Amino acid sequence: MKLRTIFLAPGAVIMLSLFFLPLLVVLAYSFLSRGPYGGVLLPWSAESYTRIFDSLYLAILWRSVWIAAVATGICLALAFPLALYIARAGERKTLLLNLVMLPFWTSFLIRTYAWMFLLRDTGLINTALQSLHVIREPLPLLFNTGAVILGLVYGYLPFMVLPLYATLEKLEPALLDAAADLGASPLVTVWRVVVPLSRPGMIAGCLLVFIPCLGAYLTPDLMGGGKTVMIGNLVQNQFTTARDWPFGAAISLLLMGLVLLVMRALGDKGEELL
Amino acid sequence: MQTVLEVRALTKHFATHRAVNGVSFSLARGEFFSLVGPSGCGKTTTLRLIAGFEEPTSGQLLLDGQSMENLPAYRRDVSTVFQNYALFPHLTVAKNVAFGLERRGGLSRAAIAEKIARALDLVHLTGKEERLPNQISGGERQRVALARSLVLEPKVLLLDEPLSALDAKLRKEMRQELKALQRRTGIAFLFVTHDQEEALSLSDRVAIMNGGHLEQLGTPREVYCNPKTRFVAEFLGNVNWLGGAGVRPEAIRVSRDTLDGASAAIVEGQTFLGNCVHLTAKLISDGSLCTAEIHPQHCPFQAGERVFISWDASDEFRVP
Amino acid sequence: MKRFLPAYACAAYLFLYLPLLALGVFSFNSSKIAVWHGFTLDWYSSVFHNAALMEGTLNSLIIALVATAAATVIGTLAAYALWQKRSSWLTGSLYLSLLSPEIVTGVSLLVFFQWVFHFLKLQLGMHTVILAHISFSLAYVVIVVLARLQTFDRSLEEAAADLGATSWQTFRHVTAPLLLPGIVAAALLCFTVSFDDYVITSLVAGVNSETLPMIIYAMARKGVSPEVNALSVMITVGLGSLVLISGRLESKR
Repeated sequence: MKLRTIFLAPGAVIMLSLFFLPLLVVLAYSFLSRGPYGGVLLPWSAESYTRIFDSLYLAILWRSVWIAAVATGICLALAFPLALYIARAGERKTLLLNLVMLPFWTSFLIRTYAWMFLLRDTGLINTALQSLHVIREPLPLLFNTGAVILGLVYGYLPFMVLPLYATLEKLEPALLDAAADLGASPLVTVWRVVVPLSRPGMIAGCLLVFIPCLGAYLTPDLMGGGKTVMIGNLVQNQFTTARDWPFGAAISLLLMGLVLLVMRALGDKGEELL
Repeated sequence: MQTVLEVRALTKHFATHRAVNGVSFSLARGEFFSLVGPSGCGKTTTLRLIAGFEEPTSGQLLLDGQSMENLPAYRRDVSTVFQNYALFPHLTVAKNVAFGLERRGGLSRAAIAEKIARALDLVHLTGKEERLPNQISGGERQRVALARSLVLEPKVLLLDEPLSALDAKLRKEMRQELKALQRRTGIAFLFVTHDQEEALSLSDRVAIMNGGHLEQLGTPREVYCNPKTRFVAEFLGNVNWLGGAGVRPEAIRVSRDTLDGASAAIVEGQTFLGNCVHLTAKLISDGSLCTAEIHPQHCPFQAGERVFISWDASDEFRVP
Repeated sequence: MKRFLPAYACAAYLFLYLPLLALGVFSFNSSKIAVWHGFTLDWYSSVFHNAALMEGTLNSLIIALVATAAATVIGTLAAYALWQKRSSWLTGSLYLSLLSPEIVTGVSLLVFFQWVFHFLKLQLGMHTVILAHISFSLAYVVIVVLARLQTFDRSLEEAAADLGATSWQTFRHVTAPLLLPGIVAAALLCFTVSFDDYVITSLVAGVNSETLPMIIYAMARKGVSPEVNALSVMITVGLGSLVLISGRLESKR
């Protein structure tokens, strides 16, 4: 028995039994009917899938895609100059990059909570602005779509910086010199040389940000106060309060399908960079 | 001559090209044998096939008459000295050298220690047992690699361009040490290099490879003085192709006096190389250029001067 | 342009760290509102006196330690095997597991466990959480160890084989020891990911195995509290240190 097969076996068993098999069970459940206290019952039915086309749910779907897209776009715009700066920082590159990644690896929950601390009506920002007499009433900074987008951007910004940095770092300095030599100002050089050449990094970054944003649960729940319902919240709801497991299963698969679609669309570039 | 390694019609095809194409030769016990050729000629692949890191597409490898066909690398009684030495960075010099012995098992700690001491003594590294690879010099690392392989007393020692990572002066020193080492241990060395000077100076026999083929096999003198192909002639040194025959520059005589059978030529120029002068002259008969290697003391010739070129018939060779 | 980038970068770092720094500063605030009143360590001590929090922390630690141990071993072996010869289905499924939204993974595991429990007569509990954590952290371990292996000098393995070591002996005596910093880095990362998980854990946890993130989530939903601030600071500093150590090890030659 080859060593390699032995080494591969536990990992393969885990993936099969704790990743693929559960998804198969979800698939099966999505075609069953709801049980009285949660769980599923026969008969088989495709009712869960037809319900998705209800305008209520389609609206949620659309909102999720839209929010994820906006958050990804903002991430891209914010991350690009930062990644550029770090890539050109010479010796301090690794340190600066690690400083960007560090918050991400602590606690997502806590970081989201930290924004709540800042943004709520009695939070730091409002209190500070009020005490400086800039405003009289607290601004509604939390519990709305804007807050959700902010939370998502904050949460996943490092994931956009990393692949952008990887691509920008490999950029030959000679190309920039050539552009300058041919009369391009720094801004023009960035727009016409750097940005096009960093396409792989941008695509990978968008992949790494859009997908988690699409399936976000914590951020819309905490930052949106339950008012901004995205797909993730809808799914969670079906398995707790609504107790409609087949429907929840169907939406989960829909979400998974969307994720696979995006992965396909954005290609293998993401994987290489990972 | 007792054969220790026999290579028969060895062939290795990769997806993109044929690295080794029907190579055959045999290695005698205690012989210093070199495989030489330009990069990409297949010499390293041949070595790796013998060591067991690659599987041949076809052909046979026999060690002491036994086929190595189904033997994986770790069961073959040959040992390799890698180009970058491949010393285990997390093990001391002593532990590196002991590695193969420990894998074999069956030896007491004391026996192993004694073998290590002898091996290190052989390569003049006594005293460095507890150092780590990154604490010793490049030349010392190479000697550890040698000791590590030799301590196992393999039937054949395979050396993959072991001197190419060293600077020129160290390289010359190590050449002599390697030759002495081989003589002392009596183990057959299969030495791969792209440097023809190295191959000629060290070997009992030389095999020249080109494009996956073995072009010629023989003693250094044989292959240098009697090359069988144009490639071999030009790879091993400079050649003047004059009237269908090849003559080495050092065999060319230049004189102001005419001699029997000498050809007239006009001197074009000369290059002073320190220990000799390369003089180029254009033959009047057919306009071909000829380079002669002469002692600086015997070179009063000026550019444009008329001279006479000659050489001994025994110094010329013909190739197809 | 030259002056824009550094200024922008400063602002960006500020944006990244401000919320956590604010939280940190106000965790020492003796007043419950967001106005600085005075320095106090009361909130920190009340965290330690909160039985539920302590129990949750213990649960999280146990889960993280067990899951990390298992995932690190399984993941390292898998990464080594993948480095020897690629397996596109396994690599692909690991990437998929990494990118799948947590809600989908959590739901699928919940559904799977409930289905299995039809036959096994078991309940959701610590064991299901641990299995779930092993499942989703495997990909992280494989990525870190595989990245480390990409820079590994293959000729060292060839040399070992040349000197008579079998595949297992080569792994045990040569590759694994040299890989150790990368393996430890992967383990620390795995621990961090496991300790912090909320979504998947909340779905498969059952009644008696509340983890720290679950408690924090419940408290955060009710509103901001200085106890949560103090707890958050401690967790951030703790996990942050692990990540820093992990980073150090990853880059060690």
